[in-house]
Amino acid sequence: MRDFSYLRADSVEAARNAAALPGAMLLAGGTTLIDLAKCGVAEPATVIDISHIEGLNAIDVTADRAVIGALAKMSHVADNAEVKSHFPAVSEALWQAASAQLRNMATIGGNLMQRTRCPYFRDPQNFPVCNKREPGSGCSAIGGVTRGHAVLGTSEACIATYPGDLAIALVAFDAEVDLGERKLKVEDFFLAPGATAEREHDIRPGEMITAIEIPGSAAARRSTYLKVRDRQSYEFAAASAAVGLELEGDGRTIRDIRVAVGGVATKPWRARAVEEALKGKPLDEASVRKASELVMEGAVDHGANRYKIALAPRVIARAILKLGETA
Amino acid sequence: MTSQTIIDPPEDGHFRNGKASNGASPTTLSIHLTINGRDHALDIEPRVTLLDALRERLHLTGTKKGCDQGQCGACTVHVEGERVLACLTLAAQVEGRSITTIEGLADEDGTLHAVQAAFLEQDAFQCGYCTPGQIMSAVACIREGHAGSDEEIREYMAGNLCRCGAYPHIVAAVRQAARELRS
Repeated sequence: MRDFSYLRADSVEAARNAAALPGAMLLAGGTTLIDLAKCGVAEPATVIDISHIEGLNAIDVTADRAVIGALAKMSHVADNAEVKSHFPAVSEALWQAASAQLRNMATIGGNLMQRTRCPYFRDPQNFPVCNKREPGSGCSAIGGVTRGHAVLGTSEACIATYPGDLAIALVAFDAEVDLGERKLKVEDFFLAPGATAEREHDIRPGEMITAIEIPGSAAARRSTYLKVRDRQSYEFAAASAAVGLELEGDGRTIRDIRVAVGGVATKPWRARAVEEALKGKPLDEASVRKASELVMEGAVDHGANRYKIALAPRVIARAILKLGETA
Repeated sequence: MTSQTIIDPPEDGHFRNGKASNGASPTTLSIHLTINGRDHALDIEPRVTLLDALRERLHLTGTKKGCDQGQCGACTVHVEGERVLACLTLAAQVEGRSITTIEGLADEDGTLHAVQAAFLEQDAFQCGYCTPGQIMSAVACIREGHAGSDEEIREYMAGNLCRCGAYPHIVAAVRQAARELRS
């Protein structure tokens, strides 16, 4: 790890001023930044420690809305009784992510800034070619070992999977990220690689996430996060789904449904085609399974990751049917 | 570190911290760490992790370096009573926080913590390298209320790997200690 200057910000304004400097990077929980600095991927000239800023870790939840401060820890949000009650998918996405130690360190704002786990991206010594690290150099994953790589939202420049869980639940429920001067949908905050794989977030120098906001809804209250992975715990998703369901008074017609998937796309992926196919329809297994297939419209595999095209629709269907069983 | 916070970038674009810097090379930080109730003064490079500060500077070698990448849990310590990974924590970042390591777990008269005693009784290790991290993690796991069943123990202890594969005995030790600490 290359050395850097260390500065501690005591206010959001101070952190923003410092973040605008060339080579400055913000440090919150450290689980991404220190890890990537050790890998030789992140080489900050100055690390701005924002973890001591007061007042940014509040978790304020009502039936109408959740406002979660950028410095709230993943573990605290996961265990929050109001979050569990009004946004169960958010709590489930959080406690199924990483490990207890990492969840005690990682913050909600930092979680959104998490980088891909593409092994080529993380290994600059052995794989100097990577469009995320060196724009224009190429992609080592294409033609390489691709079992964990994305099948949705890829480009010729990059097929790296977005690894997080929380953001999958956030895009399903139309959450927004508060950058101080502007707010934007979490869905728009994340960028597909296109020709600019190095840009993963719509965030500018001098900007900092201060909070996320999640609108309450009946679908958010009846929601779940289903994560399928190679081992039972402490692993990234092979495929995951955040699903919310609201039924009509008859108890079987779908009034509102939200579906987003993780582990299969280059960014948190909202599955609107699945939602549209099911709205107004009766909740039955055959229709749910058929509609869930629509998530993979436009999917492109690279051989070893082809299983994700079959897996993700099954994960969605299982999550919807599980929610349907709960009254 | 000397208490310095950022208000505006200096005119030459280089922040200074601790000792004077010419902007070309990072400076040394003078920090104080509170570990197991004792205050320690240290001069360190900003990049020094809590793990390296504990082991290489303070000679508290009970906290182990396994992967050094946040994947194995061998370096688990408590900061303000919560379990975290010392390998991904900058020492400078936890200045002013209360840090507990495996050396601070037993009573001063040498009486072992209930979790330490349970690990001995259940033979919850082979080589023992992961054990300090397992124990620090287990103490927090029980305190969090995440040791209610074997399934819950396995889920909430998943961040501590044991390459010897002593997992069944580790789960038994956590179960036993959780029961003792509840009663």
